[in-house]
Amino acid sequence: MTSNAPALGLRRGIDLSWPTFALLSLVLGVLVILPLFWLVYYSFRNDAGGGFTFDNFVALVADPTLLRAYGLAIGMSLGVGILACVVATPMAWLVSRTDLPGRRLIRIMVTASFVTPPFLGAIAYEIIAAPNSGIVNVIYRSIFGLERGAYLVNIYTFTGLVFAIACFTFPYVFTLVANALDRVPSDLEDASSILGGKAMTTLRKVTIPLVLPAMLAGTLIAILQALTMFGSPAILALPAGFHVITTKIWSLFQFPPRLGLAAAAALPLLIITVILLRTQKQILGRKGYTVLGGKSGTPRIVALGPWKWPAIAFVFAVLSLTFIFPYAAIIKTAFTTTVGDSLTFENLTLRHWNFVLFEFSATQLALRNTFLLGFLTATIVTAIAVIVSYLVTRRSVPGSGFLGVLATAPVAIPGIVLGVGLFLSYANPTFQLYGTLWILLIAFMTIEMPAGYQQMSSAFSGVHPELEEAGRIMGASRLRTLWDITAPLLRTSVVAAWCFVFVGTIRELSATILLTTANTKLVSVIIYDLNESGDLGAICVLGIILLAASFAVVFVANRVPVLGGSQMNARG
Amino acid sequence: MWTKTFGAAILAAGLSASSLAMAEAPAPYQITPELEAAAKAEGKVIFYTATDVTVAEKLAELFKSKYPEIAVQVERAGSERVFQRIGQEYSSGIYGADVIETSDAVHFQYFKREGWLEPMVPQEVADKWPADEKDPDGNFAAYRAHLSVLAYRSDLLPEADAPKTWTDLLDPKYKDRMVKAHPGYSGTVMTSTFVLSELLGWEFFEKLGGQGVMQVQSSTEPPKKLAQGERSLQVDGNEYNVFRLQEEGVPIKIVYPAEGTPLAVGNAAVLKQAPSPNAAKLFYAFLFSQEAQQLNSDFGGLRSFHPDVKEKANRTPIADIKLLHSDPAKLEPEIQTIKTNYEQYFGT
Repeated sequence: MTSNAPALGLRRGIDLSWPTFALLSLVLGVLVILPLFWLVYYSFRNDAGGGFTFDNFVALVADPTLLRAYGLAIGMSLGVGILACVVATPMAWLVSRTDLPGRRLIRIMVTASFVTPPFLGAIAYEIIAAPNSGIVNVIYRSIFGLERGAYLVNIYTFTGLVFAIACFTFPYVFTLVANALDRVPSDLEDASSILGGKAMTTLRKVTIPLVLPAMLAGTLIAILQALTMFGSPAILALPAGFHVITTKIWSLFQFPPRLGLAAAAALPLLIITVILLRTQKQILGRKGYTVLGGKSGTPRIVALGPWKWPAIAFVFAVLSLTFIFPYAAIIKTAFTTTVGDSLTFENLTLRHWNFVLFEFSATQLALRNTFLLGFLTATIVTAIAVIVSYLVTRRSVPGSGFLGVLATAPVAIPGIVLGVGLFLSYANPTFQLYGTLWILLIAFMTIEMPAGYQQMSSAFSGVHPELEEAGRIMGASRLRTLWDITAPLLRTSVVAAWCFVFVGTIRELSATILLTTANTKLVSVIIYDLNESGDLGAICVLGIILLAASFAVVFVANRVPVLGGSQMNARG
Repeated sequence: MWTKTFGAAILAAGLSASSLAMAEAPAPYQITPELEAAAKAEGKVIFYTATDVTVAEKLAELFKSKYPEIAVQVERAGSERVFQRIGQEYSSGIYGADVIETSDAVHFQYFKREGWLEPMVPQEVADKWPADEKDPDGNFAAYRAHLSVLAYRSDLLPEADAPKTWTDLLDPKYKDRMVKAHPGYSGTVMTSTFVLSELLGWEFFEKLGGQGVMQVQSSTEPPKKLAQGERSLQVDGNEYNVFRLQEEGVPIKIVYPAEGTPLAVGNAAVLKQAPSPNAAKLFYAFLFSQEAQQLNSDFGGLRSFHPDVKEKANRTPIADIKLLHSDPAKLEPEIQTIKTNYEQYFGT
């Protein structure tokens, strides 16, 4: 190849990095900084009559109920993170790198428990593991002939809450680790073997260090998800008699609302998250983990041998708890009169379906709004996430790291607080967005941006910049390189990010609950309303509809070749 | 308060200029063909309500059977959340709701003070409602009443073991067996917590908090937890949901304690900025009609102030129950104290 000087003819168009950077800075800035500004503003504002004050922070430190809610939330999220990582990592390894039977099916089922909205999972676990009426406890008492009141498990406890959240959070860790394991090239491991490394040595010295960033990133996401989660604690912690910080902040909005205190109470969450993210960055920053050269061979498959049966038992146990039991409980409840009913032919009924589909006036509008917003949010967020993570990982523009910070920052804002921030930002005559779907779109874009960005940036860091540099050396513009070289390598991740954001959006509850009005109702909110009045049957029907839609989206995305389905399929 | 917290938004929306006091109630109105025609032209009415969703949808169905051209959109949530939504919407200039109903009487004092209600008096209310169950200025009237009752699963708790009074609940034998709704979400429970704290003192709740009580949100939920078999005794919760479950064959019995049973009155009103003012006016009159009130009683188990409504024979007539009334004017300044004390004793 003769390339002493870049051939002018190949440098098509101008480099769009700068204008793109400027535009994205503006968009992300408005999305993130505006609600944060209002949060800070309100935290220093006197609720009773305006004016500057430190009272909210004094109240925050002095109020034992707030401190307790913080302590419990932190303990809960650490518990969730550890549990999720401990369960997900070996599972990801088994599925990605061993000859475990049914690996493809297992992946699909794990995706299923990711698709499950956590609040629906929490409701399923009320049905399964409530101390008196929970199916598990009913069976337990009848087997051992125990007295009424005896129980094996109680979901209305702190550990119950950690368990119920972890069940539907571990797929974050699983997906990232499994994807990372898929990408570990066999040549590195082969090298280790050739040099005499035993299987465990190779695993310990080569494979694990290579997937450690994914483990940490996944665990961190699990922790942050749990910390900022509203639905599951609202459903399980309140009956157990405690608040976590999100439900506590929510309670501050009741009559008479104490917005200043709520804003002040939310700020430490922001700080905790920033610290966590910086820690993660430091851990990952020490070594270069980039491995994918775009040419890696099929990953090496470890033969499990006699370990096959324990491995199957482990995977089956996890899937039972996160997929089979909850779904069975939801389906059973959707078709029986009351939750406590045993499953007999006489108890079967379609009354909940009839109610939800034909009598309940909110259903249709909510379904339409939900799917419209899911589609729009997923598309916009994925597009922005791709560009931002490209700019950030390739550092093509000075200061582009700032974009990454902006795209990650909303993770630190509990949805409910973001809801208030957005409410204050946009419910004024200039914008008049409250009461429209636009404010929800803005909320969802902000909330889902970190998830999309995390997906895309870890995908980008797996693609070695040398490949792009080659393209640049050959004279192609940055966008051209992105399109011709990077994009094909990233297709699977883009599809995954889109699906992540879509299912994340259609189940969002915490910001939604403050931002919906009668005309912008969403399925998650009517589920929450129905939970408040104890209508579990109707909830399960709506849950099944929501799940069916989510699965359909994920299924289609995985099948359509142009979306990357062929790559996923090839991997088995 | 909403005015203060969202002061900027309100000022901007130009609501600060709204009038405060009404001179007197407007003349009663009847449903005329003109009103019906105007309502049909609007085609839709949005009803924010705290009544159990099944009951509210049944009522909407009855309305639609009379006026098929007018769709009814039912927006159901706990009273305190309905209130929160209206507060958010009105302070930011969003006018989604036509007719509103909650079971916390304080809310309607507040709405009236803010000038958010459109005074109007259906003929039926003017003729038949007791004077103290309607606003003298015609802003709202009592659409329904219900009690917050003690109740138990008769198959899980023998009648002899059931509590007879509020203080019986402090007996250790009921530990971990009770379910209770929350004053922060339910207007019914806010009202009942207030009257019971006045009657029995906060020591009662402090001791009750030590009994391992399951905490739920809306007052519609405890009866459903009884039906589910999750708990065998409800400390508070709607009488009307108990009636409905009894009729479905769930073995639940109500206790009207000797000290008295808290009464919650659910007011209804038309909002000044109703997007469909004529449909709102028609629907509002319909809410108080004998037909609608009878449906609420028969299907919903609600108590009615309509003198011609016949209650089902198996229900204890309200005249035979010792009632604990709550004064919204006295309750309003106590709300924060109630919530703080409650959290201290029950954890949430």
